[in-house]
Amino acid sequence: MKFETRRMIMAGGAAIALALSAPFAAAPAEAQGKVFRWANDGDVNSMDPYARNETFLLAFLQNIYEPLARRDKKSQLEPGLAVKWGQTAPTTWFFDLRPGVKFHDGTPFTADDVVFSLNRANGKGSNMLGYFATVKAIRKVSDLRVEVDTNVPDPLLASKWAQLGMMSKAWAEKNKAETVGDLTKNEENFATRNAMGTGPFVLKSREPDVKTVLEANKDWWDKPEHNLSEVVFSRIANSATRVAALRSGEIDMVYTVPPQDTDTLDKDPNTKVIQGPETRVVYLGFDHKRDELLYSNVKGKNPFKDKRVREAIYRSIDVEAIKRTVMRNQSYPTALMVAPGINGYTKELDKRPALLKPDDAKKLLAAAGYPNGFEVTLDCPTDRYVNDEKICQAVVGMLARIGVKINLRAQTRLKYFAQILLPKADTSFWMLGWSPAATFDVHDVFISLIQTPNSETKKGQFNPGSYSNAKFDELADKVLVETDVKKRNAMILEATKLYTEDYAYIPLHQQALIWAARKNIDLVQTADNSFQLRWVKVK
Amino acid sequence: MIAFLFRRLFQGAIVMLTVALVSFVLFNYVGDPINGMVGQDTSLQDREKLREQLGLNDFIGVRFARFVGNAVQGNFGLSYRTAEPVLRMIMERLPATLELSLVAALFAVLVGVPMGVYSGLYPKRALSRVMQAVSLIGISLPTFLIGIILILTFAVLPNTCRSGLSIGGVVVIDCSLLAWLALPAFGRGDVVDLGGWRTGFLTASGLKAVILPAVTLGLFQLTLIMRIVRAEMLEVMRTDYIKFARARGIRSRNINFGHALKNTLVPVITITGLQVGQIIAFAIITETVFSWPGVGQLFVQSVSAADMPVMAAYLSFIGLLFVVINLLVDLFYYGVDPRLRAAQAAGKTV
Repeated sequence: MKFETRRMIMAGGAAIALALSAPFAAAPAEAQGKVFRWANDGDVNSMDPYARNETFLLAFLQNIYEPLARRDKKSQLEPGLAVKWGQTAPTTWFFDLRPGVKFHDGTPFTADDVVFSLNRANGKGSNMLGYFATVKAIRKVSDLRVEVDTNVPDPLLASKWAQLGMMSKAWAEKNKAETVGDLTKNEENFATRNAMGTGPFVLKSREPDVKTVLEANKDWWDKPEHNLSEVVFSRIANSATRVAALRSGEIDMVYTVPPQDTDTLDKDPNTKVIQGPETRVVYLGFDHKRDELLYSNVKGKNPFKDKRVREAIYRSIDVEAIKRTVMRNQSYPTALMVAPGINGYTKELDKRPALLKPDDAKKLLAAAGYPNGFEVTLDCPTDRYVNDEKICQAVVGMLARIGVKINLRAQTRLKYFAQILLPKADTSFWMLGWSPAATFDVHDVFISLIQTPNSETKKGQFNPGSYSNAKFDELADKVLVETDVKKRNAMILEATKLYTEDYAYIPLHQQALIWAARKNIDLVQTADNSFQLRWVKVK
Repeated sequence: MIAFLFRRLFQGAIVMLTVALVSFVLFNYVGDPINGMVGQDTSLQDREKLREQLGLNDFIGVRFARFVGNAVQGNFGLSYRTAEPVLRMIMERLPATLELSLVAALFAVLVGVPMGVYSGLYPKRALSRVMQAVSLIGISLPTFLIGIILILTFAVLPNTCRSGLSIGGVVVIDCSLLAWLALPAFGRGDVVDLGGWRTGFLTASGLKAVILPAVTLGLFQLTLIMRIVRAEMLEVMRTDYIKFARARGIRSRNINFGHALKNTLVPVITITGLQVGQIIAFAIITETVFSWPGVGQLFVQSVSAADMPVMAAYLSFIGLLFVVINLLVDLFYYGVDPRLRAAQAAGKTV
């Protein structure tokens, strides 16, 4: 009996101890969530959301700073810090803000913060000025409503601002970060290394170029889809090391994967490759303007002004062969300057005309007055797009078959763009890539790449060949202000026909976005290459 | 002595100015930093305005004078890439580079000297031949390849193991032990901040992280030291005083280490001293491979962004480093070599 009691007491004690300890053991794991480690070849260059207009920086900082209207998993707009937005008049936008949202320091988010943030993004030192070209005035109407006047009707304003994070006004003023850091001064801006937003993650620590640590925001207004407690972002410049670190399990996800490593990662039982088409279209462009090409053996005239020459070249470039050989099947050939998923993509026109036999292409050239072909220089970057230089080398071979001798001039992007882009446009034939990721609308492509260059109206700023088509220009202007979707789509279709049938450019393909992760990671890859932590799950 | 020092400092200043000038001229060929700084939507006018504000349109002489003027006041400006103060960027990363270089140098000396002594004393033994072969690898394989091989062997393999290491069917090391032994593929591990100097020597992960990069970086110097010591040992062992020492019946350990090795060390010290600068400067490749957050990696990144303020400051810093090391080596000679002092006393210049 005595023994029994003792045993009972011991058992009871053990049970109590277990009961006490169990919640303690289980609770932290439950509340803490998972740690997620990932890496990229470059660092986030600043913690200031308006410091650089780069895809990676903007995507990363959206984890901390949220926009008014944000993009969902399909890149469509959905309510973010604004619950409702729209136009009260053709030139007036309104944004109704979400009530009850708090910044990471606990202060409430109001219209004052929005007005402050928009002015800061439109102010000195900011690299976001492009998104404010149409903006006339920004005003607070009430604590939860902001209105914006534009100079001309701008149906895309909410879309343009979907990457623009909102910053705390009180915090910025307290830390003298009212404007974006000025490079010409010798003082650092507080917002370069610190952050204060409303987003799903809070900046915990930052060592530039080494490690940036984020913590889940427990008081976030939205219901988290992720199960993370902490996120560690590292920069690993060397691609072989990055892949090795993923395979060894030191990191859970790699944002930029070199194409040659996709096979290894695919076969590794612990890792997976996530791949999809990017919104960027890589294309070749002609000099349509000069009366004599800068880099060609044809003197006194410009062969690219003849549509037959453009057609012969366009229809002699085999994009499928480029996909098979150069791109290792990691490209999506296209006939358009916009990708699927962009508003205004016209599927019925995304069909490349059939390849010409070399003899037929030669006949076209002969009809245009070049029976023996000609010689021209193709400019190409070496470090901007996936396999850029190799694509150009493939083009050299394909055009040699129709008697067009291409001299390839390949150089690093830092030199390349300064030479190719306007105002210099020191080139005859070149490669570029473009993604309308700011607005997700075809008009961005029209106004930037295809409309006649004009420094006053800022149209055609990235049309170094000065392709000019009066009818197209007129249509593009109408597309900008047309609010009736049906009419707008009809105009887009017509405009698209104009530039494709004119062989204005040679669209090649969309390159593939390649990310890789450990098998136990769930994430969402969007076509604009924006990696959002709020959709990451660690199993 | 003081005159000697001043002359050396003056020469050093000229060297540094030359380095800065050459690097400034080179920057013109690196490319345009503006395109890296702005987004694709930035208008041409805004690009031109930024270029004007940063003074990139000024004549190169003007820009150089401005750089030197600011630099002597300790002002290196803000990075074009990150908008952080350049001086702080370098100072923050310097401890990582110096710690890595120190471990690499220690590794080279502490392993290289014994290897050299052994293969010098017993040149015909099998182990000596193995060492010779290994040293050939150290000299002929490029650093980045060695780095990647080490990463695959010590970071990836142990973590992807399925059956463990077995000898004759008996598992000697199982997978969990292997995973525990695995070394990190990148980074510096956890660091402890000692008043501005972030050290990785005080944490287990920091110590683990330094092994692979230090071996990679130190391998070439190790090979060099081993070969010098070996050659010197072979030379010294043939000399008369070693024969006489043997004849006197001195124990061979005393002969080998007390008499022979001591006399081989003068060239070793000289080479090691000069190699310290090399190690720091050549850490660039090792740091890139292992994502080691030092100044070398910073420089590579700055080149790819045409971040001129950082490049200029880094190159000046490396220039300064070599000037200082050479000065110290000269002073060291002055201290050890009595002939130099005698020459000075006799009124001759050195």
